[in-house]
Amino acid sequence: MGYTVFYLSAIVIVPLSMIFFNTIPMGWEPFLHAVTAPRVLASYRLSFSTALFAAVFDAIVGLLTAWVLVRYRFPGKQFLDALVDLPFALPTAVAGICFATIYSPVGWLGQTLIKYNIEIINSPTGIVVALIFIGFPFVVRTIQPVLEEVEQEIEEAAQCLGATRWQTFRKILFPHLFPALLTGSTLAFARGIGEYGSVIFIAGNLPMKTEIAPLMIMSKLDQFDYQGASAVALVLLVISFSMLLLLNAIQEWQQKEYR
Amino acid sequence: MNLEWIKKITLAASMVLASGLPGTIAQATAVTLLNASYDPTRGLYQRENAAFAQYWQKTTGQTLRIDQSHGGSGKQARAVIDGLEADVVTLALAYDIDAISDSKLLPANWQSRLPNNSTPYTSTIVFVVRKGNPKKIKGWDDIVKPGVSVITPNPKTSGGARWNYLAAWGYKQKQTGSAVQAKNFIKALYHNVPVLDTGARGSTMTFAQRGLGDVLLAWENEAHLILKEFGTDKFEIVAPGVSILAEPPVAIVDKNVTKHGTRKVAEAYLNFLYTPQAQDIIAQNSYRPRNPAALKKYAANFPAIKLFTLNEVFGNWRNAQRTHFSDGGVFDQIYTP
Repeated sequence: MGYTVFYLSAIVIVPLSMIFFNTIPMGWEPFLHAVTAPRVLASYRLSFSTALFAAVFDAIVGLLTAWVLVRYRFPGKQFLDALVDLPFALPTAVAGICFATIYSPVGWLGQTLIKYNIEIINSPTGIVVALIFIGFPFVVRTIQPVLEEVEQEIEEAAQCLGATRWQTFRKILFPHLFPALLTGSTLAFARGIGEYGSVIFIAGNLPMKTEIAPLMIMSKLDQFDYQGASAVALVLLVISFSMLLLLNAIQEWQQKEYR
Repeated sequence: MNLEWIKKITLAASMVLASGLPGTIAQATAVTLLNASYDPTRGLYQRENAAFAQYWQKTTGQTLRIDQSHGGSGKQARAVIDGLEADVVTLALAYDIDAISDSKLLPANWQSRLPNNSTPYTSTIVFVVRKGNPKKIKGWDDIVKPGVSVITPNPKTSGGARWNYLAAWGYKQKQTGSAVQAKNFIKALYHNVPVLDTGARGSTMTFAQRGLGDVLLAWENEAHLILKEFGTDKFEIVAPGVSILAEPPVAIVDKNVTKHGTRKVAEAYLNFLYTPQAQDIIAQNSYRPRNPAALKKYAANFPAIKLFTLNEVFGNWRNAQRTHFSDGGVFDQIYTP
């Protein structure tokens, strides 16, 4: 316990509290002015909505991937398993440049998509694509161990008792998996809000349209406006933290419900 | 990675040594200078450093090593403010060095300490277009036409992009004499911009590699670099009739040279940039030299453009920054409804 508190405060609390202390000398009026500017508000909306979309998508695809990796045997499975972690290891800027190149109007995916008038690059869709990539391993890696623990006998028993496959999944498996699924997608969501490196290469960064909140912080820093940057960061921090708290609470409630 | 660390640690250790024992160790062995510069000057300073180190060795007998640090101009300024112990800074715009002087690392009158506003080399903003110039872009008025797509980075995050913006504004204001018309012109211009990358290099990639846009606004030296890197068969440079004189200044960071005992060599280093030898290297790297002889020698690379200075139109950098790029400034206004 002592160690936990020490490490948490050294690594997380102290640096983050600096944001808070940097903001204090600003005063209430300029603070409000900085964080409610139309461009800043638009960037919050964009960051949270794209992160949410990406997290939901990751939850669905991640669940399927984890399922396949746990339940099936096929050649190249270990290779695929290792591939899942790649987004963790790759510098996110590299991922962003790859996406921007592939989806650009002359890139090999972008070329085809533009014929159907689908624009990925320089649009919110592009941001979601990048965030899906970044958040994907979180979901897979949290569900995998839980899924491995669920004994196949339980499912077989359910089926013997006359449950359809859908019923087995909904009534037996899903309640087991739900907490892990929620944790995984929450992590993906949280990661998506703060993601900077990959997104700036694909977003286009147009004010009011595709400017993410972390970019607003960077552009304030580039104007030597440390306080303004801290103010935007503080709001981001508070919203993210309360969302994480809320999701943790839901999870706890869920676990009690099913025990 | 490992090597980087070892380098950093030895650098830090040598700094500690040099500052702790001034005169004894520092004079007997090598001297080190750290030059914090912005991104596109890599090639330029590689050659200038070698030339100056040779010159310094010959005149004083001292071995000199010059370390380079590169990054976005604003980020480099922040790094110096936050404690990067650069002996000299060579950045993209005076405003970034003003910011360093605000934190008392060098005096406010820094820009008058060296000739030519402390800018030994200049550049200007030109257009890079695709081969054959399919959209027939000849001057500033062509790039605001509907259907022309313009690539330029975000002036909020990129020093180079601020020069682009100010060039466009200055052109219109000088032509019409009206700030309102200039603002409408800027609005039409940025309406044609599909992507605002965070830095000049990002915009170059967007334009040259990803094939977006019909015209790229770029520094002249960058434009030449693009042609060299991607081939003259793909792109060509269009020089507008009028543009801005981009002055990327250099300065000694007084507090750091005093601490390191390197004032003399740092001053000699910056003064060296004005010598004919250095000016020649400058011209070879597609920056416009101040020296008329060097400019004449490489005149083919530098088409005649009517250049106006920033001070002529905007007064000074602090003014330009406040009116145009600070929060709620003109650049914000053209994007918010």
